[in-house]
Amino acid sequence: MDWIDTLLIPAIKAIVVTLGLLVGFAYMTLAERKICARFQLRYGPNQAGPFGIFQPIADALKAIFKEEVIPEHVDKWLYVLCPVLAMVPAILAFAVIPVGRPIVIAGHTITLQVADINVGLLYPMAVAGLGAYGIVLGGWSSNNNYSLLGALRTTAQIISYELPMALSLVSLVIVTGTLRMSGIVEYQAALPLIVLQPIGFLIYFICGLAETNRSPFDFPETENELISGYNTEYGGIKFALFFMAEYINMIVVSALVATLFLGGWQGPILPGWLWFFIKTAVMLFVFVWVRASLPRARYDKLMHFCWKFLTPLAVVNLLVTAAVVLILRG
Amino acid sequence: MSIGNVVKGFYQILKAMAVTLKYFFTKPLTVQYPKEKIRLYPRFRGRHELQRRPDGLELCVGCGLCAAICPARAIYVEAAENTDDTRFSATERYARLYEINYTRCIFCGFCEEACPTGALKLGHEFALARASRGDLVMGKETLLQPATPHAIILED
Repeated sequence: MDWIDTLLIPAIKAIVVTLGLLVGFAYMTLAERKICARFQLRYGPNQAGPFGIFQPIADALKAIFKEEVIPEHVDKWLYVLCPVLAMVPAILAFAVIPVGRPIVIAGHTITLQVADINVGLLYPMAVAGLGAYGIVLGGWSSNNNYSLLGALRTTAQIISYELPMALSLVSLVIVTGTLRMSGIVEYQAALPLIVLQPIGFLIYFICGLAETNRSPFDFPETENELISGYNTEYGGIKFALFFMAEYINMIVVSALVATLFLGGWQGPILPGWLWFFIKTAVMLFVFVWVRASLPRARYDKLMHFCWKFLTPLAVVNLLVTAAVVLILRG
Repeated sequence: MSIGNVVKGFYQILKAMAVTLKYFFTKPLTVQYPKEKIRLYPRFRGRHELQRRPDGLELCVGCGLCAAICPARAIYVEAAENTDDTRFSATERYARLYEINYTRCIFCGFCEEACPTGALKLGHEFALARASRGDLVMGKETLLQPATPHAIILED
């Protein structure tokens, strides 16, 4: 009966996570439109079903049945490949996030995460980094000035935010002493890490905004300068895939913040998965809230901010954390 | 980028986000139009309504002053004599043809002011979309109908 533990359960978990993320994406688009609308004193979509709950289905059908347009001047191979290249890493990154307390069914202990690998923290960083290739190559293969500029801004952005992001997580690892996600969550049983690492949290969240290309750092799109940036030449379901990648990235970053800084599924009274869901939802709300509040920064300002402020701040945070941990351990 | 600037910027971002959050909890201004009625002020100027006397005779005497003052030249009036058999208005003449072209009308209300008998009033009807341009030239039979706008008329 070994194959149940090694093959069947992980496969089921993978399918559930993938489907869950796709449904999450669909309803995140609705939630964002409704929340954004409320910030602007509107109602948002409310015609398709009660509270507009069928709006994502209508949008999906529309995207699928649109004509498949491939412009003549594009690099066809890359052009078709890139939406997938953006989308797949976004889903993959969720694999290491524990969504609840391990459960026992018929003698099998099931951890509520697809894979509890010992370099759990490195994995989403590495995979999410790949997602940028979809955007960069998508802009390049479109063979269009606006797309190319959007892609260039993505590259400028990625070399700026990755360093402080990684450094903020290093100080977190020094505190917890493990890279394993389940270990990090267990460490937060008494106290969420946001209390011990408030600066690390802020740095990670700001970099998360940049990583998911969300306002105020949505330079790859910059719709009032670059039409639609890297996805200008895309339409129909290929555009929808880029869109999906952005929203699933948002969900992943929110889930990571919830897991790493807000205590993951740890919490009193309510079941673990519900705590995880609440924390992720709060972070997603903050994403939309920031979008509704702040204007877009200039992309050289982001580079300036990341290299000249966030990186030194993350280094100082790292040194102070290391020193304090060293002193406390004697 | 001094520390003071960063702290100030951070404070200002938080302040901005507090402002937007306040609006998040405010009731939306949207009027869900076909379900809810639009609120209109009494002096709102919509489609014209030709008035009648209490005994049913038309007030319009076909003088054409409205057509003369109309800055958009939207009104066309053709007068004719009343006879004892066919009487439309109390006076000598009446408007045989009275047409307003709503592709031209700018709803300025000059016609209402020019009218010597008070026959012409700009009502509250605002839903004037039609399927063809011809339908937007409205004749007497339409203009004599009192409108029932999908709106709440507010007190002045």
